[in-house]
Amino acid sequence: MTFNTSEIPSAQRKSASKTLDSASADVEEILLPLEDKPRILIESLEAGVRLELGELWIYRELLYFLTLRDIKVRYKQTLMGAAWVIIQPLGTMLILTLFFNKLAGLQSGTIPYPLFAYSGLLLWTFFSNAVVNSTNSLVSNTNLITKVYFPRMFIPIAAVGAGLVDLAIASIVLIGLAIYYQVSFGWKILALPIFISLAVGLAIAVGMLISALTVKYRDLKHALPFIIQAWMFASPVIYPPGIVPEKWRWLLNLNPLSGIIEGFRSALIGRAFDWPAIGAAAAITSALLLCSVYVFRRTEDTFADLI
Amino acid sequence: MKPIVKIEKLKKLYRIGGLNPAYLTLREAVGGALMRPFRGRGNNTAGTSPNEFWALSGVSFDVYPGELVGIIGRNGAGKSTLLKIMSRVTKPTRGRAALYGRVGSLLEVGTGFHPDLTGRENVFLNGAILGMRKAEISRKFDEIVAFSEVEKFIDTPVKWYSSGMNVKLAFSVAAHLEPEILIMDEVLAVGDAAFQQKCLDKMNDIRQQGRTIFFVSHNMPAITRLCKRAILLEKGKIISDGPSQAVVNDYMTASWNASAEKVWEDRSEAPGSDVVRLKAVRIIDTEGQTTGAVDIRQPVGIEIEYEVIEQGHPLLPSIEVFSEEGLNLFSAHDTEAEWRRRPRPAGGYKSVAWVPGNLLAEGNLLVNVSIMSHVPVTRLHVNERSAVAFQVIDTQGEDSARGDYIGPMPGLLRPLLRWTTSDDTKRDLH
Repeated sequence: MTFNTSEIPSAQRKSASKTLDSASADVEEILLPLEDKPRILIESLEAGVRLELGELWIYRELLYFLTLRDIKVRYKQTLMGAAWVIIQPLGTMLILTLFFNKLAGLQSGTIPYPLFAYSGLLLWTFFSNAVVNSTNSLVSNTNLITKVYFPRMFIPIAAVGAGLVDLAIASIVLIGLAIYYQVSFGWKILALPIFISLAVGLAIAVGMLISALTVKYRDLKHALPFIIQAWMFASPVIYPPGIVPEKWRWLLNLNPLSGIIEGFRSALIGRAFDWPAIGAAAAITSALLLCSVYVFRRTEDTFADLI
Repeated sequence: MKPIVKIEKLKKLYRIGGLNPAYLTLREAVGGALMRPFRGRGNNTAGTSPNEFWALSGVSFDVYPGELVGIIGRNGAGKSTLLKIMSRVTKPTRGRAALYGRVGSLLEVGTGFHPDLTGRENVFLNGAILGMRKAEISRKFDEIVAFSEVEKFIDTPVKWYSSGMNVKLAFSVAAHLEPEILIMDEVLAVGDAAFQQKCLDKMNDIRQQGRTIFFVSHNMPAITRLCKRAILLEKGKIISDGPSQAVVNDYMTASWNASAEKVWEDRSEAPGSDVVRLKAVRIIDTEGQTTGAVDIRQPVGIEIEYEVIEQGHPLLPSIEVFSEEGLNLFSAHDTEAEWRRRPRPAGGYKSVAWVPGNLLAEGNLLVNVSIMSHVPVTRLHVNERSAVAFQVIDTQGEDSARGDYIGPMPGLLRPLLRWTTSDDTKRDLH
């Protein structure tokens, strides 16, 4: 036996401080330090949260297979398959153009309204579907969660990832519209992937957070449609940010989706970037993502017992 | 040798309301948080409140590489909870489990199969979920499909599969996992007999490669045949850990309240009438030793010890033997010439019924004991149900009807028959 004796007092101290009022019960629960480092160490929840991001890398192929599953399942046994991905935003765009642009006279500045609306709807549809799908993903994968171990984070992430295929297909119409309205593409178009990445990051952050909370609090499922609807009106999807009074503009920019959608449009038509809005969006998205990963890791160990 | 699995003081607390605590709604959680300061500090080590229960309450054991350990116990004993913790599906409330190797767990066959995906797609998805790499699955793909016997339908969505096909494909994927520690929950209860045999062969292979297997089953013959060691859980505690035959005996004792021997020390509590009373019933081997586990090839004796209180009655001791499922295998009456139809003087007697070797199939058996008299009218003096229990053990490769087959053998009897085979090939040549 060659365990590190210096660690024993700290282990005792740790467990003793946990339950001062039950010292006798505590004695039998003292665990000596392990002689060798095990490959897998399973401890109680009190041992703390480990982010173990390296583990995600080991399981990376599973993310691929889960995403692939979500994509394949979505279009099996549908008559028109992927066509729905185009019909949905295209139809919405036509309705919005008719009512807001033609009838109500809403203007979108330098960018033709149909292109404006479609580009906004493209990101918005991706984002809202991703959040809704990832929110429901954990509960609908109960059989996996209660029977086998793998990083649970991959379930909501795969749900977001599967939406990227829809985004790619719907983008074809966007390119068509841009050509139709004779947009001259500039170097700024290279920034499009950055905004798409931010949208993906934000969808993962929000989806993961809500999905983790849904396992415990089922009310969120009912609140979600309302949250999504409110969020759409808080984002410049169907109206340009210009219609919001200057002094309230900062409030709009607190919503990271404004910076992302507007930045996306700027990159598309070669308009000047609104750096403060984009910076705010990137900062808020990153912070939200970190917070969401932490909350998810903290709660995932209880999923199997709660779900 | 160092243990490959080290389980220490493992405990798991569940709140009642099923294993799933009632879902909290936000309102309750918010309310709870507001009320917390007024409630005093929660103490979750000492004592258990009435709506909590310990699914595991302090389980410790070590397992060494190459061991095949059977985990047994009645429903709710904590077997599944233990496997779930070891599979990392759920966390323990207290204690620790250290695993020194890659773990593959199979708590359910076909976890993650998606009905809309084809067999091929599901093999890859399921393999990845169980922790296999894509390259590894591709390499073993043909082998997996061949093992599953569903080659023809591999590109059909699994929702069109029969449940048997589904299970075969799923087990094949899992069988080709190559973890150092394999955890399986009651997976042998699937498939037809031929497929079960393949599964058992595969498990044997895995063990012979020096890997460690945990195996939960209610199939006691499979446990005694496959596992050298077994662990018996009851109410979240280990009540027996050792050679599987001994542990299975303990399981029988615990669940049927019947062991290899039953003795009535107190005469007033012994079953019987004013004529005759039981003193003891026991299972003995050919040497007269009490035993709970009998080799299938050896005769087994059922010894009935009784006391005749009132002289002058011809007595007829008899036994009935039941399978664990409650099927009556046979009954037999004492036909020994010496005491047949002869009135007995008062005093102590011991009758032994010898069941020949190579007759009963392996498994757990329960014995009812009765003593009757027929003169002047039929009268039942003693009728002790499940007085004793024993298990018949059939080891592969020995001189029994099992031969070299290790799979499950149906049938309640397993006589060793004389077989003859003539070599007809030589005759055909001429």
